[in-house]
Amino acid sequence: MRVGLFVTCLVDLMRPRIGFAALRLLEAAGCEVVVPTSQTCCGQPAYNAGDRRGARLLAEKLIVEFEGCDHVVAPSGSCAGMIRAHYPNLFSDDPAWCERAAALGTRTHELSDFLTTVVKLDKAPGDFIGTVTYHDVCSGLRELGVKAQPRALLAKMPGVRLVEMEGAEECCGFGGTFAVKFGDISARLAEKKCENVRTSGADAVVLGDLGCMLNIEGKLRRMGDEKTRVLHIAEILVGGAERGS
Amino acid sequence: MQIRSMHFKGRASAAAADRVLQGKLATAKGLFVDGRRRAVAEIDLEATREASQAIRNRAVAHLDLWLERFEQEATRRGGQVLWARDGAEICRLVTDIARRHGVKKAIKSKSMLSEEAGLNAALEAAGVQPVETDLGEYILQINDNEPPSHIIAPVIHKTKEEVADLFARVHQKPRKTEIGEMTREAREMLRTHFLSADMGISGGNFLVAETGSVALVTNEGNGRMVTTLPRVHVVITGVEKVVPTLEDLATLMRILPRSATGQSISNYFSVLTGVKRPEDTDGPEHLYFILVDNGRVDLLGSDFQDMLRCIRCAACMNHCPVYQTIGGHAYGWVYPGPMGSVLTPLFVGIENALDLPHAATMCNQCGVVCPVKIPLPDLMRKLREQQVERRLRPWGERAALKLWAWLARHPSLYAFAAKFGVRYLNWLAEGGDRIRVMGVAPSWTAGRDFPTPEGRTFRELYKTRRNE
Ligand code: SF4
Repeated sequence: MRVGLFVTCLVDLMRPRIGFAALRLLEAAGCEVVVPTSQTCCGQPAYNAGDRRGARLLAEKLIVEFEGCDHVVAPSGSCAGMIRAHYPNLFSDDPAWCERAAALGTRTHELSDFLTTVVKLDKAPGDFIGTVTYHDVCSGLRELGVKAQPRALLAKMPGVRLVEMEGAEECCGFGGTFAVKFGDISARLAEKKCENVRTSGADAVVLGDLGCMLNIEGKLRRMGDEKTRVLHIAEILVGGAERGS
Repeated sequence: MQIRSMHFKGRASAAAADRVLQGKLATAKGLFVDGRRRAVAEIDLEATREASQAIRNRAVAHLDLWLERFEQEATRRGGQVLWARDGAEICRLVTDIARRHGVKKAIKSKSMLSEEAGLNAALEAAGVQPVETDLGEYILQINDNEPPSHIIAPVIHKTKEEVADLFARVHQKPRKTEIGEMTREAREMLRTHFLSADMGISGGNFLVAETGSVALVTNEGNGRMVTTLPRVHVVITGVEKVVPTLEDLATLMRILPRSATGQSISNYFSVLTGVKRPEDTDGPEHLYFILVDNGRVDLLGSDFQDMLRCIRCAACMNHCPVYQTIGGHAYGWVYPGPMGSVLTPLFVGIENALDLPHAATMCNQCGVVCPVKIPLPDLMRKLREQQVERRLRPWGERAALKLWAWLARHPSLYAFAAKFGVRYLNWLAEGGDRIRVMGVAPSWTAGRDFPTPEGRTFRELYKTRRNE
C-alpha cells in the first residue's frame, strides 16, 4: 500500500520529529511511504482567511502531488479535514477538479484514524510510561470523527494510563489566525484548557494537531507549568517523547 | 438598536479580561449545556434534527406561498397582516396602530425584532409607554434600557446581587436577595401594568400557515398576559418564521426547548389563533401581525439562505467558546454568538461588522448543536470571502497572505524561507525552549509563550537522512 505522508507546514517548521514519528508508524504498519518533496501547505490559512482563490491553487498543487498514492495521511486533524471535508467545496464550480478533490478526500486520513481503521495497527513501537490525557482537536473530532481511534491506540500501550479531563472536546482557542487576531480571547481559552489538563493530574496531554499543541504548550509554560508535557499522538506511539530525541 | 459591531475588538478584549463576567457565563454554560445534553438524550436527536432541517427548508424554499397562505388564514380569523421592510417601518406601523386604538400603554413580551427596530424609543416618542414584562427584559429596561446580551436569557451577564441593587434603587423598596422574593416584587410592579395596558406586543417563535396562528414559547407566563389581556395584540416577527402545518410545529417543538434551555417542553407554550370570538372568555379584539423583512428576503437564493432556517434557540452561543468568554455585549447588536456573527453583517452591512465573522475558532461546536443544522462556520467563512472580494481586509493582512500563498506555491523558495524563519525563531529564543516576546505576532506572546522550533525543518532533515 502506497501511502503519501503529508507532513503539514507546521510540523515541517516546528516539530520535524512528529513527521518522522508518523513515518516510522506508517512503516511499522507495513506501508510503503512516499513523502513528496514539493509539498508545502494544504491551503487552510488562505481558505479560512476568505482567500478562496489562493486556497484553490494550493489545493490543486496538493492534489497533483498526492493523487498517485493509495492513501494520504497527515499528522493533523485540521489538515486532513481540510482535504477531506473542504477541498471538494473549493471546486464546486469545476466538476472535473471537484471529482479529483473528492476522490483524494475519501482516501485522506488523520494519522490515528488511519492507523486504527485502515491498517489496524496492533502494536505501537513505543514504550512510554505515564499518565496521559487526550485533547480532542476540533477538526479531527467534528470533521473526521476522530475520538475513539487515538484512545484505542493508547490502550495498546501497556505503560500508558489514560485519564479523561473535563471538557476534552472543548476548543483550546487556537483557531489558526484567530490565535493572533484575537490573541487575548485565544489565550483565555487556552488557559481554561490548561487548567483542565492540570486538574486531570496527567503527566502529559496528548493530541493530534500541531497548532493546538503550540497553543497549549505556550500557555502551560506561561502559567509556570514546566512539568506537564505536550505530546503528539505520533510521538507517544513511537516512544521518542523526550525533547529533541 | 444602535450598531456597535465595529467596536468588537476593543469590547471583546475588555470582556476577555473580565473574570467576573466569565464566572456568570460559566454558570449559564453549566445550565444550558448540561441541560441540553440531558434533554436531547430523550429523543432521537439526529432524526429530529434532520426532520427539523427539512421542515425549515421547505418553508424557506417557498416562503412566498406559505406567507400568502398564512395571510389568508390569519385574515379569515379576524387578524390583519401587515408587512414591514425594515425597522423604521415596524416603528411606524406599531405607532399607527397605537394611535388608531388610543393606546397609552403597551406591555411587551420578548421580541428580538423590536430590538432590531429600536421600537421602545419610537413608542415613547409617540407618547405610548412601553413596558417589558419578560423578567430579563424588564430588568434591562429599568436599568436605563441596557441592551440584552443573549437572545433567550437577556440578563445572563448580571449577578443576582446586581439585580438586587437595581430593584432596591428603582422600586424604592428594601433590598431583597432571595430570588423568589425578588421575582415576587417584580411581579407586583408589573401587575398594575398588565391590568392597565391597552396593547400587547409580542414576538412569535413560529407562524403556522395552515391555521394563521402564532406560536409562543415562554417560561414566565407573561406572554399569556401580554397576548390575551389587552384589547389589541400586535405580533412582530420575521417573515422566515412561518412553517406550513401544525404537525411541522409539533416536530420543531420537540427540538426547540430542548436545544434552548434543556427543557422537554417550555413552561408555557401557546398557539394563538384569531381574535376573541363571542364565546371566548378572553383574547384580543384586534390582532395585528407585522411580518418583517429587514434583510431576510435578500438572503433567499443567496449563499446565506441556510441562515433563514434559524429558530433562535441560542444553542450555538451557549456552546460557543468565544461567547462563553466574552458574553454577548461585545458583538454590538441584537444577535450575539455564532448566529449573530453571521446575521449581524448580513442585516447591518458587511462593512459595519468586519470582525464578527473572524471572531470564531471554527471549532464547529455551534454547527453540531444547531437543531436545524446550519453550517455556521461555513457561513462565517463565506462572509470572510466576501470581505476579501470587496477588499475590506486590512492592507497588511492582505499582503502577508498573498506573500505566504505565493511562497507556498513555489517549493524551493518556500523551503528557503522556512529555513530562514526557523533560524530566526531560534535566535529569538536565545537557546531556550520558548519565545517570550515575538515581534511578528505580539498578540500571541502577550498571553502565552511561543514554543521554539526544533532547529531544522522536516524537509532539511529528510533530505539529509535520505542521502545518508
Ligand atoms: S443558528 Fe441554530 S443553534 Fe443558533 S440560534 Fe439559530 S437555530 Fe439555534
